[in-house]
Amino acid sequence: MARLHEYQGKALLAQKAVPIPQGRAVSTPDEAREIALEIGAPVVVKIQAWVTGRAGLGGIRFAETSDEAAQAAADMLGMRVGGFTVDKVMVEEKLSVEREFYAGVIVSDRERAPVVMFSSVGGTGIEEIARRHPDAVASVVVDVEHGLQGYQARNLVRRTGIHGRLQRDLAGLLVKLYDVARTWEARAAEINPLVLTTDGKPVAADCRITVDDYAVFRHKDLGITFARELDRPPTELEHIAYAVEEGDYRGTFYFIQMVDDFQKGEGVIGFHGAGGGGSMMSMDAVINQGFRIANFVDTSGNPPASKVYRAARIILSQGPIDGYFGSGSGVASQEQFHSARGLVKAFLEEPLTVPAVIRLGGNAEDKAVEILEQVNGHVPAPVEGYKKDDTPHFCAQRLKALAESYAPPDEKPAGRRKPDVQQPYTFETVTGGTVTYDHAICVTCESKACVKECVPQILLLNEGDCPVLNITPEEAKKGRCIECLACDVACYFHGAGGGYVDLPIPGLEEYRRQRQG
Amino acid sequence: MAILIDETKRVIVQGITGREGRARAKLMKEYGTHIVGGVTPGRGGQEVEGLPVFDTVEEAWENLGPIDVSVLFIPAPLVRSAALEAIDAGVKLLVIVPDRVPIYDVLEIVKAADNAGTKFVGPNTLGVLSPGKGVLGMIGGRAASAQAWFFPGPVGICSRSGGITSSMTYYLAQAGIGATTLVAVGGDAIVGLPLPGVVRLFQDDPETKAIVMFGEIGTSQEEQVADLIEQGQVTKPLVAYIGGKGAKGGTRFSHAGAIIEGGRGTREGKVARLKEVGAHVVENFGDIPAVTKQVLQEIGAL
Repeated sequence: MARLHEYQGKALLAQKAVPIPQGRAVSTPDEAREIALEIGAPVVVKIQAWVTGRAGLGGIRFAETSDEAAQAAADMLGMRVGGFTVDKVMVEEKLSVEREFYAGVIVSDRERAPVVMFSSVGGTGIEEIARRHPDAVASVVVDVEHGLQGYQARNLVRRTGIHGRLQRDLAGLLVKLYDVARTWEARAAEINPLVLTTDGKPVAADCRITVDDYAVFRHKDLGITFARELDRPPTELEHIAYAVEEGDYRGTFYFIQMVDDFQKGEGVIGFHGAGGGGSMMSMDAVINQGFRIANFVDTSGNPPASKVYRAARIILSQGPIDGYFGSGSGVASQEQFHSARGLVKAFLEEPLTVPAVIRLGGNAEDKAVEILEQVNGHVPAPVEGYKKDDTPHFCAQRLKALAESYAPPDEKPAGRRKPDVQQPYTFETVTGGTVTYDHAICVTCESKACVKECVPQILLLNEGDCPVLNITPEEAKKGRCIECLACDVACYFHGAGGGYVDLPIPGLEEYRRQRQG
Repeated sequence: MAILIDETKRVIVQGITGREGRARAKLMKEYGTHIVGGVTPGRGGQEVEGLPVFDTVEEAWENLGPIDVSVLFIPAPLVRSAALEAIDAGVKLLVIVPDRVPIYDVLEIVKAADNAGTKFVGPNTLGVLSPGKGVLGMIGGRAASAQAWFFPGPVGICSRSGGITSSMTYYLAQAGIGATTLVAVGGDAIVGLPLPGVVRLFQDDPETKAIVMFGEIGTSQEEQVADLIEQGQVTKPLVAYIGGKGAKGGTRFSHAGAIIEGGRGTREGKVARLKEVGAHVVENFGDIPAVTKQVLQEIGAL
């Protein structure tokens, strides 16, 4: 996660010599007691969560003794805030506060540069401060080549009416804060409040740092395993989805869960977008029809069919959705049959028991819709495919009509499964998948559709009239097999059923079992 | 006329020997873009699609003469260096296609570009296309698709999303309305030529009679466009749609720029601000062609 917790941010501040209170993050009441003893009470105990107004939620408490600190920790650990469970609290020395300030570095899209802000009033959010005390807030645009200079910082603090030694000390701290932001490539680094203690020292009492998702690869020291901005820690399903994206550089797969607790019939649907703007516009269209969306997904940038398949399986592993809506910009530059095959395979295996409307407009849309609609009659629910001349508004209306008229089967039939094979011919794919042709069945196949449909043309028929690679298995595994799923889908509909592509999604089966149990 | 690209601009591709660079150089050429060569360090002397490859941009310039535009198909971590190279060599327009370019790298490119008087589109852009004249990047996919989908006309089109740029242009074309230029400014929080910059270029382009813009949550680009209208710097009619009704604060919606931070960049705020200054804000994406047609008829441009 590219957003750091208070304790993680403070560790970075300390590395650049920004004064922070004595203390540590802990995950048990006993540890809290220990730290409190070590520091010497009184202490403050704070939940580690990305919410504002922690005090109002009972997430900040002062403790006069080490036992009180342990009790506070016991009360806070396991608390539910902002949709997740608190697993760490910070135990810190209680500062004796003379005054509070605000200090922040934010990369501004308006200035297209880092902006350093300082306010002689702290505590609440900077927007609130700026509204209430406009004269107390000053900012300076930083030249990214030279960094924040001491004189700029001093003038910045001066403009809020602070002079002399305090001005010099605060300016020095701002230069260090900018250094933190620049070193770890933070989109935002804020200290609020920045406390002036009664003995005249500025100390960072709280800290919020968001590291640029795209720069995380240069900062392995941060140990960020989920470089995505969310307002809460990632869910288990989001972790599963992120691992899919991490393991496959081809195209983009973005998955965010929007709601978790919902029931059948509440109009919550699975959403599968394509392209940043297209996804957002399609999401609007479906919300305008009165639906809510369980998740936001974007598969774009010409992803392979396998990635779209995995995305669809993950979408369908959520709670009891009432429909499936797929739509992008509508005029895609990529060839759309890849997405169609990925969806078809997922729908067959599930099998799909909610109506689906998929808008596949763009290059090769006719073929894409044809491939998609083959699935009708093979799954319990109806699937409709649309093209670039069908608006998202119309497609969302179609989903509404289908959702209203559709009656799910009493019992969910079994979906398509990996077959037991007698005479397997197999090779592996680039993302850990396995392609299997059961030559005992293939020999009886009349269509040989797999060989004809293979997009990269890496299959041929051997002397026994069965499909085999015309490249080495190593080449296939390196990525020459692009996981287009053409052989898999073509075999199911037009072949003898001897072909199957197995594409594991680590953790998904286990997640689904837990969910059902 | 058009903005940023037409048939006269001399274009190179940085990263031309890569998978994407090679494929896109061919498609751009097929569409009519005047591509003169390419650059890949260590590959000087080779040829790609009949185009000469050089080791550096400076060398390309010395051999090919002045270069107007460089299109970058370079892995994200190497973009900063490649962009600075092109700026240093004197190229005045860059199109940075890749996504995931670190934000401080982009800030450094902004600085160097401003110092040199260079413009850049992107990063994370599908590119720029002037119907019938030329394309930079990958808008439209196959040249045949791009030729079938887009034709010249009076509207300037811009969006942070590449797919949406194509689809708005296509739907307008279906309604009989052509475009001067379509610009996908890029989905990142910091881009070289954001929406207000593009809108200014359209304002200065005599052939552009109206502007169609797709905005989305996050950043202040749409608000800045509203400021330009209010200040009288943009007087051409503007039709806008703002996406992101279902978005929630603090969460990024695939585009790095599409995040509501600290209550800034909300859809409601953008819609209200644009309406306040007299822009034509549509609620349904599908209403864009009809409203644009009406606007053009009102000013006698259709």
